[in-house]
Amino acid sequence: MFEAILLTIVTAATPLVIAAVGELVTERAGVLNLGVEGMMIMGAVCAFAGSYLTGVPVLGVLCGILGGAAFSLLFGFLTLTLVANQVATGLALTLLGLGLSGQIGESFVGIPGVKLQPIVVPVLSDIPFIGRLLFAQDITFYLSIALVVGVHWFLFRSRTGLKMRAIGDNHGSAHALGIHVVRTRYLAVMFGGACAGLAGAQLSLVYTPQWVENMAAGRGWIALALVVFASWRPWRVLAGGYIFGAVGILQLHAQALGIGIPSQFLSMLPYAVTIVVLIIISHNRRTTLINTPACLGKPFVPDR
Amino acid sequence: MSEAQVPEAGTLLKVRGLTKYFGSFAACNGIDLSIAPGEIHALLGENGAGKSTLVKMLFGVLQPSEGQIVWQGKPAVIGSPGEARALGVGMVFQHFSLFEALTVAENIALSLDPKIPLAKIAEEAKNLSRDYGLPLDPNAHVADLSVGERQRIEIVRALLQNPKLIILDEPTSVLTPQEADRLFETLFKLKAEGRSVLYISHRLEEVQRICDRATVLRHGKVTGACDPRRETPASLARMMVGSDVAGVERASDTPLGDVLVSVKDLAVPARTPFAVTLSGISMQVRAGEIVAIAGVAGNGQGELFDALSGEVTVPQDDAIEICGRPVGRTGINGRRLLGAGFVPEERHGHAAVSDMALSDNLLLSRSTSDRKAFLSGGVFNVIRHDVIRSIAKRICGEMDVRKSGDDPAAGSLSGGNLQKFIIGRELDRKPQVLIVNQPTWGVDAGAASRIRQALIDLARAGSAVVVISQDLDEIFEVATSIAVISEGRMSRPYAAGELTLEKIGLLMGGIHDSTSPREAVHAH
Repeated sequence: MFEAILLTIVTAATPLVIAAVGELVTERAGVLNLGVEGMMIMGAVCAFAGSYLTGVPVLGVLCGILGGAAFSLLFGFLTLTLVANQVATGLALTLLGLGLSGQIGESFVGIPGVKLQPIVVPVLSDIPFIGRLLFAQDITFYLSIALVVGVHWFLFRSRTGLKMRAIGDNHGSAHALGIHVVRTRYLAVMFGGACAGLAGAQLSLVYTPQWVENMAAGRGWIALALVVFASWRPWRVLAGGYIFGAVGILQLHAQALGIGIPSQFLSMLPYAVTIVVLIIISHNRRTTLINTPACLGKPFVPDR
Repeated sequence: MSEAQVPEAGTLLKVRGLTKYFGSFAACNGIDLSIAPGEIHALLGENGAGKSTLVKMLFGVLQPSEGQIVWQGKPAVIGSPGEARALGVGMVFQHFSLFEALTVAENIALSLDPKIPLAKIAEEAKNLSRDYGLPLDPNAHVADLSVGERQRIEIVRALLQNPKLIILDEPTSVLTPQEADRLFETLFKLKAEGRSVLYISHRLEEVQRICDRATVLRHGKVTGACDPRRETPASLARMMVGSDVAGVERASDTPLGDVLVSVKDLAVPARTPFAVTLSGISMQVRAGEIVAIAGVAGNGQGELFDALSGEVTVPQDDAIEICGRPVGRTGINGRRLLGAGFVPEERHGHAAVSDMALSDNLLLSRSTSDRKAFLSGGVFNVIRHDVIRSIAKRICGEMDVRKSGDDPAAGSLSGGNLQKFIIGRELDRKPQVLIVNQPTWGVDAGAASRIRQALIDLARAGSAVVVISQDLDEIFEVATSIAVISEGRMSRPYAAGELTLEKIGLLMGGIHDSTSPREAVHAH
């Protein structure tokens, strides 16, 4: 029973971690993409379509990634090339994604999907208790962990990551140093889109292997809150993703056990926790200054 | 470009007919300039003369509309700062291009070859900064550093790339005289190594002291090329301004009146981690007196101004008295009603709303103190636009504010003209007390002398004036007595004649008078 609950928590947390890590990179480059929900749902429908049409779920995952990335390119073009307002464009992207995915997925409704099979690591998966939990999961789980480790290394150990942080901190100075601000931001936006797409693929191929309209169900927004919660640090995204995922699952179990907490209260918990965290981190201005990308959401137009 | 290129030995950089248009406006118009190896070359000019535009083109930040840049005898197109660095041009910006969230080493690494490991950069930066007398901790976050230390990062960053030409934009504006001397030693060291320096400044004394040649710009054109050592400050200023700058006329023995500003042991805790804590600040300013507060940027000047103006109030009501009334807990409008006027440091966004017309800006600052004149209709507070516009016009006439149109947006004025308007806006009220922070920061010589004269005239007419300034020339020009602020503590005011540059420099460095009673109280 306990292990089963932990397993569902892992499955619930994985899409949050993946989408949030992608958005973290986008925001570290100074771009605020509020369209995570839209990119995620596009990833979900593309992944389901890819998996259903080819019969190979892994190809579905690839379709999800590409779908999310391609959809984010629209956001990139509007906000980076045409310098449209990032908040408005992000919201529009979510609305567009919800509508468009519904249209694309209309014929998939009710069709049973193909579940992405777990990859069982020999020996390690035989470790009691944690073995099944950590080493008999599908590829999206392994990718979520690899992404957290990789993004941390990229941002804080690699020179390209340093440049990206520099762009997020002060794009004017970065431009003056000869760093390609717009190009880097395009890549960061597309990375965020690809991650949101992968998170969507996890939803339609692992979490509930079918296509349901609006199946992202607000997870994109939780991922956005998670980035702030984590104060733009990858490891904290991982921890926060599991806390938020656990809250979601416990809410279901609390209902099943008839515990008298209104479900609405539990579903608002992630957001309430994020607000509390925001208050706590804004209290320490120094850490905020050093972690928050100062140029977040600001338009950049090179002066030439 | 088909003309034959004659290789020019002995010239590092030659610029011919360089022109940059912004729309139809020529910010630089046919600039000619040449710099020899091992030369410190001054680029002089008022604000808006085109100095920044010119160096931005040399550093690849802007692309010239016309003209040619010849580097070591070969025509060069400098498409980006990266290309400029590859050629051997380093730049130290006036407004630092640093990343506050990153460490010193990370900041430096961003402009170097990505293959060099960060640890090695940190090591080299530390050694180089020590060798040139500009010590730095490579692992400190920039957000925690002072302005002077930030400038060192910029200089060290430029030097690590082993440049042949280093461009410095107004480098001493943030330094103490001693720090400036140290910078000059660094520059002479660079010169001895055969490197060239393009030194942008409007401080004539400095240029005469360290530069071999000077090119003077005015309105985007070269108006003079000379050896600054053979010129007088007056002749250089004439080239910069185009006419003789009116010398400021000192007040001669204005009789001192009552104490109009009195500060007693004022203490204000820092509101952010980057702010300065003020402690034990005391002074008295009499009618007819101008007390100047000298100090290097970031030593509490902004915090002191906020406390004096009432933007930040203090719990001890009698810590600050204006015209004999305790005002520590009174806000800015209450202090204005007592006859005080205030001019903050930042023109845009603090002293004026850039997008609003001059008349609107006049109303915003004086709506309480002049409500009878500016507003009508009782509780409805209807704005009397005609009256306000005519007063704005009077101020512009009085202070010689050059503007386009009748009542343009504040942001459309040049820095000097907007500053004249902002100062004039207060002077127009004939305030009994005027407190000004950096009155001529980034203002051209003509406007600066006008503003200084206006401050002196106000004191002569019997007002008490406090001038917070980093510009020592300005301070000696206007002040009757001088105090120095350092790390949030202030020396006692000295009579202007008592102080020399050296003495002020020591006070700026935090070496206070040992007889000062505050020393004992605040010893750590």
